[in-house]
Amino acid sequence: MIEYRSVAKTFADGTEAVNDFSLVLPSRTTTVFVGSSGCGKTTLLRMVNRMIDPTHGQVLIDDVDIATRNKVKLRRSIGYVMQHSGLLPHRTVLDNVGSVLRLNGMSRKEADRRSQEVLETVGLDSSHASKYPSQLSGGQQQRVGVARGLAADPNILLMDEPFGAVDPIVRDELQRELLRLQHDLDKTIVFVTHDVDEAFLLGDQVVILKQGGEIAQVGAPADILASPADEFVSSFVGLDRGGRTLHVEERDGRSIVVDASGKATGVLAR
Amino acid sequence: MTWGWDNRDRILDLALTHMWLSAIPIVLGFVIALPIGWYANKRRWFRGPILSLGSVLYSIPSLPLFVILPSIIGTRILDPTNVVVALTVYATAIMVRSACDAFESVSGSVLDAAEATGYSGPQRGFGVELPLAGPVLLAGLRVVSVSTVSLVSVGALIGVSSLGSFFTDGFQRDFTTEIMVGVVGIVVIALLFDAVLVLTGRLLMPWTRATARPRFERIRSFRYAFGSGPGS
Repeated sequence: MIEYRSVAKTFADGTEAVNDFSLVLPSRTTTVFVGSSGCGKTTLLRMVNRMIDPTHGQVLIDDVDIATRNKVKLRRSIGYVMQHSGLLPHRTVLDNVGSVLRLNGMSRKEADRRSQEVLETVGLDSSHASKYPSQLSGGQQQRVGVARGLAADPNILLMDEPFGAVDPIVRDELQRELLRLQHDLDKTIVFVTHDVDEAFLLGDQVVILKQGGEIAQVGAPADILASPADEFVSSFVGLDRGGRTLHVEERDGRSIVVDASGKATGVLAR
Repeated sequence: MTWGWDNRDRILDLALTHMWLSAIPIVLGFVIALPIGWYANKRRWFRGPILSLGSVLYSIPSLPLFVILPSIIGTRILDPTNVVVALTVYATAIMVRSACDAFESVSGSVLDAAEATGYSGPQRGFGVELPLAGPVLLAGLRVVSVSTVSLVSVGALIGVSSLGSFFTDGFQRDFTTEIMVGVVGIVVIALLFDAVLVLTGRLLMPWTRATARPRFERIRSFRYAFGSGPGS
């Protein structure tokens, strides 16, 4: 369980990224922070592994204030996946995945074995293991990034817009893959995105943020759609544009789902 | 060329001396410049002054430097140390700029990622920053190497023997063959050193060959090699 207690962050240049943020992120679920740029979502994420320390308040993992924990050790116990994979360009795929294991003192042989295993878990062919990141496609690099995040089998996985820079088809594939992984692995995932669709697809708990880390609404995707807290939320999730206001039209004996603009979006299953 | 054959022992002897006199400043210059460049990249205010100092040092003509060094560092006039110290100054002066550029070329997001995944400061410095600065460091080192090998010959003018002694000797005796032997010898050593550096780079940085080398690097080495240098 991750808990934010009245957390605030003002950067050295005076920018107030987060102002009095409190929230509990239940274990073994996916919490998605979603908001436009400048809402402090990445700041909140990076507080969990102390890449950013709050200026006020506390962040607790399993009831322990992480300010009391050694930064380096804390980071090694938490998986981190970022937008442009963040892989080390001078290390092979296998070494990248095993880097945290090696830092934790695991033997090379053991680390390699475990890395192979994780690469398989994220669906990357073992023929890529000895390549360098630059020899992989963007989607493959992100898979390696996820593998590295999972290698040390952390309880917590932080994901900072991990699929933001890949093309839509690959993104779709990676999102499905993450859902499958989460179904099998049951991690506590903190996921940051600016894409509402992605947030609703992946999140058990979705946190919609306004500027300064102010929570507009927290809840399961269905609850947010059923009762948006205010106009900001309605507009943010797209309820006001008609894309999510659907109705059914009968056509040749089948029920076609149509949005408010008249675009057919699917067929109702029976 | 019978002259060359008859004097092969002396040629070999001077070639070895020449290699020593070049190798020490190249290594020292690299070792000294590395932490300076690294630091200059962390503390931006330090960068301007240190680069200016480098340029000033590099613009001192080598011959006067060889001559005045004994009075500064207390060595004897004919001591080869004078040449080694002077060339180390030049090597450091060129290398500091390369080292600054090299550490600057390392992507900030990669360093951030390394930190976020649990690299400690030193592990990140030696395991990520240094190797990734490698290609630009190597480009700088190759220029330093060529420049140093050629500058060692100037030492002959103040009586420190090297392949440059064939120039002074050949000029005095108006004997072209001897001068040619000196020139060819120096070129061979410069090529040899360069080959060693390139091979070492390939061994230590296998990833650079997996990807295309950025073009700016080559342009930069070109600029270093043919930009203004110390007069002799």
